[in-house]
Amino acid sequence: MAEVRAEMVANVWKVVVKEGDAVSDGDTLVILESMKMEIPVLAEDDGVVVRLKVAEGDVIQEGDLIAVIE
Amino acid sequence: MLTESLGPVLVANRGEIARRIIRTVKRLGLRAVAVHSEADAGLPFVREADEAVLIGPAAPAQSYLDTAKVLEAARATGARAVHPGYGFLAENARFAQAVIDAGLVWVGPSPEAIDRMGDKINARNLMEAAGVPVAAGTREPATDLDLALEAARSIGYPVMVKTAGGGGGIGMSVARDESELAKAFEQASRAAARFAAGDAPAGPAILLERYIERARHVEVQILGLPGGKVVALGERDCSVQRRHQKVVEESPSPGLTPELRERMLAAAVRAGEAVGYLGAGTVECLVDADAQDFVFLEMNTRLQVEHPVTELVTGLDLVELQLRVAAGECPEVTTATAGHAIEFRVYAEDPKRFFPGPGTITVWDEPTGDGVRVDSGYAAGDTVTPFYDPLMAKLCVHAPTRTEALERARKAVASFTVEGPKNNLAFCAELLEHREFVKGDYDTGLVARMRGGRPA
Repeated sequence: MAEVRAEMVANVWKVVVKEGDAVSDGDTLVILESMKMEIPVLAEDDGVVVRLKVAEGDVIQEGDLIAVIE
Repeated sequence: MLTESLGPVLVANRGEIARRIIRTVKRLGLRAVAVHSEADAGLPFVREADEAVLIGPAAPAQSYLDTAKVLEAARATGARAVHPGYGFLAENARFAQAVIDAGLVWVGPSPEAIDRMGDKINARNLMEAAGVPVAAGTREPATDLDLALEAARSIGYPVMVKTAGGGGGIGMSVARDESELAKAFEQASRAAARFAAGDAPAGPAILLERYIERARHVEVQILGLPGGKVVALGERDCSVQRRHQKVVEESPSPGLTPELRERMLAAAVRAGEAVGYLGAGTVECLVDADAQDFVFLEMNTRLQVEHPVTELVTGLDLVELQLRVAAGECPEVTTATAGHAIEFRVYAEDPKRFFPGPGTITVWDEPTGDGVRVDSGYAAGDTVTPFYDPLMAKLCVHAPTRTEALERARKAVASFTVEGPKNNLAFCAELLEHREFVKGDYDTGLVARMRGGRPA
């Protein structure tokens, strides 16, 4: 199981996956936006998205949980 | 004359540039009006203005880009002129026209000049006609991938892909083959749709240009005076870039021979004259340092972030000149330059990967001293939010020679303390010890090389 957490304060611009989706290492899970920059958050392993904790438009803080991949 | 015709001046911007414009407006004896979002209510530029108007929530589309709210603030405060700074509405011809239609003075070039230069394809074509060299590229917008692929085949890879109406490096990328072009095209299209203001003039048209490897990015500051005369105020070398955004700028450029400099300044004057340019503008060029040749890149019809390096070597106040020209005056301008100036953009980002790191500032201690100028947008206790660009301050140094300027910069960077948000001062210190930068022999790939990657 791998937890994907936010590396910075950001707005959630786009949620690309949903719970239950199978993902591969390097797939984009969500796209954050901070300071006019798009920051894709990637899966770091193959697996299934068992939890997705953010929605488009959310403001998240550094360290916040974005998703859990199993 | 200036006081009667221009004040109060509304500054339609935020952060360091709003603060810097307000400083000159007040020095000239005019009243300064700030507009701000909810997120920026506590920042220095709001406090330092004579009057400040809250125009909306944090999201730029609902505040700094909302032309109706900005114009309403101008009406409510009795402002007689609008200075747009850079970014936001600065290159929005429709906003400029709306300001003029409201009976106010627009501190910038005419809406027609903004329009003609705002579309990068149109600008390229105009410059080519005026005898300014341009890179091989598209003369018509590439509106779909097939057209882009076809254009790239005739231009030859690598190509630079960008939006015809974009700015600030957003949506720009290099494609070295067809599959990279497909990716670059999609990214540029998305950026075009997303970062455009609600009523921006340009559509999602994409421009392709031959990409010059190991090029320097050198731009010429011009000033168009009433009566049609255009003067060049030296150049700025802006080759230290990450993600196609400038980090460090210096003047003069260490990469030009006197002969090439003269040719570039003359071409920039021709470019300005070709569009009947009035006020401050910048002609951006790419320089092939080995061949000592250059091509036109784009023209920015506004004050530039890095204008302080020009101010330091010329002794001029560009904001004052903008205001005087907007008021119809024809100021005396000496184009002589002295010494060497360097600007470091202090961004709220980590110094390794350059990822944004907003946060609340707990310590903010700026360097001071002879030949040191800091234009900052924040102070201790302020919060750098994720809603706007990461520029916190510009640290500028000026000295008789480049070597002395580098030494002055090392001391200034070392005595600049920012705690809270991430910041790139450690990168600035690293750059100041880097062999290529110290020698002055660098190009736009420098930062990528420092970080072990290729320019993307």
